[in-house]
Amino acid sequence: MSDGAFSAFLESGVRFATPLAYAALGELAVERAGVINIGLEGAIIGGAFGALVFAGAGSVPLGFAGAALIGTLIAAVFGLFVITLRTNQIITGTAMSMLGLGLTGTLYRSMYGTAGASLHTPTIAPFAIPGLSAIPFVGPALFNQPFVTYALYAIVPAMAWWFYRSTGGLALRATGERPEAARGAGISPERVQWGAILFGGAMGGISGGTLVLAQVGTFAEGMSAGRGFIAIAIVVLGRWTPWGVAGAAFVFGAASSLQTLAQTTGWAMPYQLPLAFPYVLTLVLLASSRARAAAPAALGQELI
Amino acid sequence: MTSILRVLRSQSGASVAAALLALIAVAGVIVAGGFDIGHAATAMWNGSAGSAYSFFSGTLVRATPLIIVGLAVAVAFEAGVLNIGAEGQLLAGAAATIAAGLAMSNWSSWICVPLELAAGMAAGSAWAAIAGILKRRFGVLEVISTLMLNFVALFGVSYLVRGPLQEPTGLYPETLPLAESARLPVIIAGQRLHLGFALAVIFAIAAWWFLRSTAAGFRIRAVGAGAAAAASTGRVNVDRVVFGAFLASGALAGLGGAVQVTGVTYKLYELISPGYGYSAIAVALLARLNPLAVIVAGIFFGGLEAGGAGMQRDAGVPSGFVYVIEALVILGVLAVDRARVVAGARIARAPGEQAA
Repeated sequence: MSDGAFSAFLESGVRFATPLAYAALGELAVERAGVINIGLEGAIIGGAFGALVFAGAGSVPLGFAGAALIGTLIAAVFGLFVITLRTNQIITGTAMSMLGLGLTGTLYRSMYGTAGASLHTPTIAPFAIPGLSAIPFVGPALFNQPFVTYALYAIVPAMAWWFYRSTGGLALRATGERPEAARGAGISPERVQWGAILFGGAMGGISGGTLVLAQVGTFAEGMSAGRGFIAIAIVVLGRWTPWGVAGAAFVFGAASSLQTLAQTTGWAMPYQLPLAFPYVLTLVLLASSRARAAAPAALGQELI
Repeated sequence: MTSILRVLRSQSGASVAAALLALIAVAGVIVAGGFDIGHAATAMWNGSAGSAYSFFSGTLVRATPLIIVGLAVAVAFEAGVLNIGAEGQLLAGAAATIAAGLAMSNWSSWICVPLELAAGMAAGSAWAAIAGILKRRFGVLEVISTLMLNFVALFGVSYLVRGPLQEPTGLYPETLPLAESARLPVIIAGQRLHLGFALAVIFAIAAWWFLRSTAAGFRIRAVGAGAAAAASTGRVNVDRVVFGAFLASGALAGLGGAVQVTGVTYKLYELISPGYGYSAIAVALLARLNPLAVIVAGIFFGGLEAGGAGMQRDAGVPSGFVYVIEALVILGVLAVDRARVVAGARIARAPGEQAA
């Protein structure tokens, strides 16, 4: 691979990783509170649709706000069932994914016509940070990206600090590990889980908004393309820590980038191989005892 | 009020209530979307049950994979195994079936078709066994592992139809069609309904009998009702029962894929399943995991899908709303179940109504 190609590979890897990182960081907070939201896919596609509607009515920032809002609303339905009604998380999540995909598809067709007219939203262009973007190889990859990627450089350390250095973060982790002990310490596990689920929904929505407003420039039915499920793999691969999740998101992003590279340069390798690789890696990692020890102890369990 | 609660407390009453709630919500969505509800309802009826052709070649053909994969989900859930990987197991089954069918292109139907279906079931079972082993040996949550395996299966099919199994011209990402002798026969002349529907009904009855009347079926239900309690009897090897449920569930999902490629598509391509593995969860839940009720729930959703296609064609209502219905049915069943728990507690507390 030539230097230029390698640099381009890294750059598109970060681009592919950005929406994945938002979704996975949201899912991370939810899982650290002991809940698996397998319905994040619904929040992502809802966010993408919200971005289309709100950015079409106004501007890119309004689009992102709309994306976060719709993602939060969809997560609120999930929270209502899982926390208030205490329904099964997995089954409820599956329903939320189907609901998000079906509802956005139906609304899109009914609002914008059956042909799916080629609507274009305003998008944000990459902004090269002077100086930093000139660093060989990693410069363009890390510092010639849209603002939404740069925001991650603040969100990841902030989450890492908050998880391990704040009382809120302690309450979150306690709820995910031993909810009954957290309750004994005066923490309401329900409130913590509500907060985490709503945050996760907003991040999922921004993930969908990124697809529309920073990448594709339009909405397409089902454009979330399984990113909500990929986010769950990323959280496992990142071993339930913010930095780990950021790194794992890049692994998945790089896999997508490698696939495009393989297709355009005509490598002899089947392009599905790099795509399947991160999933297999996640499975292998899950089988190791260290990864299981990293999982929140009360993950997926109903509150007592 | 009490009589309503009593209806909700019955299993079938709750399912019907959930389905009705979902249909009302969907009617709301259709009206809110600005469509003519009368026109939409007529198109729905015509597409699903308005004629013999729409019923036998639309509704029942679409119901067939939903019933078989719905059974797969029901068997797993009954054992407490949250297999959400039926989609991947279905794809593994479809791929193995096509590979076997293409290899036996000039064999007699009597040998070829059973071998194809067996290959599909074996592949689906093997795919589920990966998650089963990961759970048994390493304690990996099947929710995560089966989800990962869905993606791997999808990429596997994508590779096969562009690689080893691609049709010889190399133009299309699909396999050659199966020979006439390698296809499931049509069971009603002039219709598209194939033998797979009869198989679906037979397997549903067999699963019902198995779960209800055999010792192994009882062990599955006991483990699903409470693994710790089942283990404490000293007569149930929970790990073995759970692993068996993975294998059985995977085999059924694989059969769903096998029946779909030998009865409907006759070839393999990437989008062979529009998400049957996920829709099957709605089917199984609406049926309360009862295999006989899975037949009814499968036909209900098959009718919705066939009618949904009709609505898109005739009334312009996007067919994506079928997913909305399925999601609302799942949420409706969950909510009604919750209401039943609350109502049950309330009735139990009211002494005067105990006898009712």
